[in-house]
Amino acid sequence: MNRNWSIFNIVSVVLGFAFLYLPIVLLIVYSFNASKLVTVWGGFSTRWYSEMLSNQGLMDAAWVTFRVGLLSATVATVLGTLAALALVRHTRFRGRTLFTGMVYAPLVMPEVITGLSLLLLFVSVGFERGFWTVSLAHITFSMCFVAVVVQSRLVSYDMSLEEAAQDLGCTPFEAFYKVTLPVILPAVIAGWMLAFTLSLDDLVIASFTSGPGATTLPMKIFSQVRLGVTPEINAVCTVLIGLVATGVIIASLINKRKMVREARIDSKV
Amino acid sequence: MGNFFKRVTIGLPYLWLCLLFLLPFLIVLRVSFSEPVLAMPPFAPQFDLSEGWQAFTDAVSRFTLYNFQFVLEDSLYTNAYLSSLRIALISTFLTLVIGFPLAYGMSRAPMTIRPMLLMLVILPFWTSFLIRVYAWIGILKPEGLMNQFLMGAGIISTPLRIYNTEIAVYIGIVYSYLPFMVLPIYATLEKMDYSYVEAARDLGCSALGAFWKITARLALPGVLAGCFLVFIPAIGEFVIPELLGGSRTLMIGKTLWSEFFNNRDWPVASTVAIILLAILVVPIVLFQNAQARAAEAGR
Amino acid sequence: MKSLGSTRRSFTPWLDKETKPYISFQNVTKKFGDFVAVDNLTLNIYEREFYSLLGPSGCGKTTLLRMLAGFEEPTSGEIFLDGVSLKGVPPHKRPVNMMFQSYALFPHMSVRDNIGFGLKQAGIAKAQITERVDAILKLVKLEEFAKRKPDQLSGGQRQRVALARSVVLRPKLLLLDEPLGALDKKLREETQFELMDLQHELGLTFMIVTHDQEEAMTMSDRIAVMDKGTVIQTGTPAEIYEAPNSRYVADFIGTVNTLEGKVKEKAAGKVKIVGKDGFTIEAATTDQFALNTDDTAWFSIRPEKIKVSRSKPDKQTNAVEGEVWDIGYLGDMTLFNVMLDSGTIMRASVLNAKRTVDDPIGYEDRIWLSFEPDAGIVLER
Repeated sequence: MNRNWSIFNIVSVVLGFAFLYLPIVLLIVYSFNASKLVTVWGGFSTRWYSEMLSNQGLMDAAWVTFRVGLLSATVATVLGTLAALALVRHTRFRGRTLFTGMVYAPLVMPEVITGLSLLLLFVSVGFERGFWTVSLAHITFSMCFVAVVVQSRLVSYDMSLEEAAQDLGCTPFEAFYKVTLPVILPAVIAGWMLAFTLSLDDLVIASFTSGPGATTLPMKIFSQVRLGVTPEINAVCTVLIGLVATGVIIASLINKRKMVREARIDSKV
Repeated sequence: MGNFFKRVTIGLPYLWLCLLFLLPFLIVLRVSFSEPVLAMPPFAPQFDLSEGWQAFTDAVSRFTLYNFQFVLEDSLYTNAYLSSLRIALISTFLTLVIGFPLAYGMSRAPMTIRPMLLMLVILPFWTSFLIRVYAWIGILKPEGLMNQFLMGAGIISTPLRIYNTEIAVYIGIVYSYLPFMVLPIYATLEKMDYSYVEAARDLGCSALGAFWKITARLALPGVLAGCFLVFIPAIGEFVIPELLGGSRTLMIGKTLWSEFFNNRDWPVASTVAIILLAILVVPIVLFQNAQARAAEAGR
Repeated sequence: MKSLGSTRRSFTPWLDKETKPYISFQNVTKKFGDFVAVDNLTLNIYEREFYSLLGPSGCGKTTLLRMLAGFEEPTSGEIFLDGVSLKGVPPHKRPVNMMFQSYALFPHMSVRDNIGFGLKQAGIAKAQITERVDAILKLVKLEEFAKRKPDQLSGGQRQRVALARSVVLRPKLLLLDEPLGALDKKLREETQFELMDLQHELGLTFMIVTHDQEEAMTMSDRIAVMDKGTVIQTGTPAEIYEAPNSRYVADFIGTVNTLEGKVKEKAAGKVKIVGKDGFTIEAATTDQFALNTDDTAWFSIRPEKIKVSRSKPDKQTNAVEGEVWDIGYLGDMTLFNVMLDSGTIMRASVLNAKRTVDDPIGYEDRIWLSFEPDAGIVLER
């Protein structure tokens, strides 16, 4: 329907995307600013990147964030995939309503409440706050996102594939592992990536559940931002944006190549 | 064996969520009935299940509704709730005003570039919320880029005061939640059969009339979904008012945060959280009903 | 002069030089980028005519329809409706209504609201709308479905709602885009006659787009056969079938045997075609026949016009022998694919006028095919 793309449509799309991307572009541009004043252009420089690299506090926080992200995304993917299976496959078990509610609730729960409630839990069981508590907290909320992503793929999955595998001699677990999992793998990977970025981005829940020695990168950025905008933060943000954008683009390219390949096979058949 | 796999599938996530979602929530509920004390943890009564049933009932008998009374009677909190609702409502409306034309334009775009446009809308989803809010500070500050540009262009002579006002919060919310609005609207518009519009034109509607009577009407489920997806998280928002709104912008997420971290009044913070949840239940239930109805109609 | 085929009723305004065309396409071209959808097309349609545009998908017929409805503007040329140019008139101001291929029934409105939509848009009083909608609901036999939503109707019912919605405004011209395309075969045949009755009853001009030749033949007063943006031939169904002007038209409508050859012994009203396969055909020609000796020509003959016999017929100018290759029994008739000695396959059909045959023709039997000089037609292109 190319002919229906009116001037009005084009203008609103262009303005919409300008609004979405201009702030990010400006942030990136000013990370290469030689001047210490963020808003005054003092020539091109990469000095803030080297300062960022030599900022031990920042690097420590980045390392904590990376470890938390890796651990929580991986556990959340396992738990979330299981939860998705439970939601799609097993329509009848005791307490299913409660279970469904608990999977969906964290998606709409304000972060301040999730953070507060987890903190109160850790305090009441006497759990020392730090790396492990942040990881536990991140696993809990991101597994629900993984569950939703995997669930939407499982809904359209043809169960007879798994039944065929069982018919040919697989146990239910083998059938899942050898047949279903490879088919839903793109969704599981997408779920992992989502969990990882959620963990990478989270400020509020980490602030509640973290303790001394386990300051995450968003917490570090947040505390510095409160003191003012600095080019160094711009540099950190640029690196984070670059990493995430690269990841997303690579993932979508792989996905696209796979689709093209499948389309080619289909056309040959 | 099959039964075992099924048990693991259900049991493991179930157990996890009970321990790390349900139980914490019950603790919040319990703390909201407690009194603040200068201790660690800073609330009373304490109870330990190992001390037996008697200790538990003892503790329960010391529960108090004092915090609820306090929060609901103090205008600081009620104003924060009301102002959160107002800010969320206005921002949702603004997001719709900006998001609808964008979604509509995308849905009318040539088939070949639509996947790319969709990807461009989703991409900011993946970049850190904090970073996206932070990006606006440099733009909105009195000596920031926007004022530099506007003054340089001779449009204004004195810098606009947007940073640390409610307007900056609107901008931040619209900016951060725009994809939540665009995606559901785009999804409904994209699968809409354009011949409906042509049929309406054929039957005597002007271009604008057909847009209102057909396009806008058929996009309604998407618009509703988008509005809820913006409105619900916006109410409990913390980062945006904290970074862009300044001290005078009241939002309940901020209040809860400062109650907890600055005043160290855990019972009141818990009470604020419980009341916030009670408020959120209404739009969430409405949203679920709307979704269920849309799913029904789509079948 | 012998007439071609049969005519339903004597309705031939296009033969009368005095009658003004109701719709007139004059040198209309429509391009989408580099693609020429409609190429310098001129076409006249008369009031109360049932006019079909027939052609394969992508031939430009739907574009033609959409230009009339106002959804596309011609790149060049002009369209006139009742003598008035439609240039720049938006769709909602045209006294033309369209029935969409997908029906485009508004999913959020009931049947009644869908049908009343155009009337409401025209600012007609509520009571009158109710009256007119009731009347049309009765006409299409959907009275008891007035309150339903489109997704609660069957395909046939939806088709009738779409029809009702587009005729309730009493348009000067009704455009129908593949109106029966979504129906199954049986329903399609019934609906064809319903459409014809409706058109007759309401006295409307119908312009219909279809790729189904049977549908076009059954319903139309005239058919325009289109290909690659141009009209190849216009004419009554009988003209199109019996006197196609090209191999394309002959091939598109029904089944046909086409034999290539060279023109020899040209005389008044007849010609000899020497086929590539070696046999010679004597064929009748019209006054317009323009080919010269040694030009390439095609002799085209319909299967039902070929006689089948076991022995060589006497006094028959055109006769050729071959072997039965395939037999298709259809009940009312039987099809024979016959391989001539040259290797060419010709198809003949025999009406099964009797229930039993004494000596049925079987596979691999050798039989004779024969036909009169005027049973087929010589095509120049």
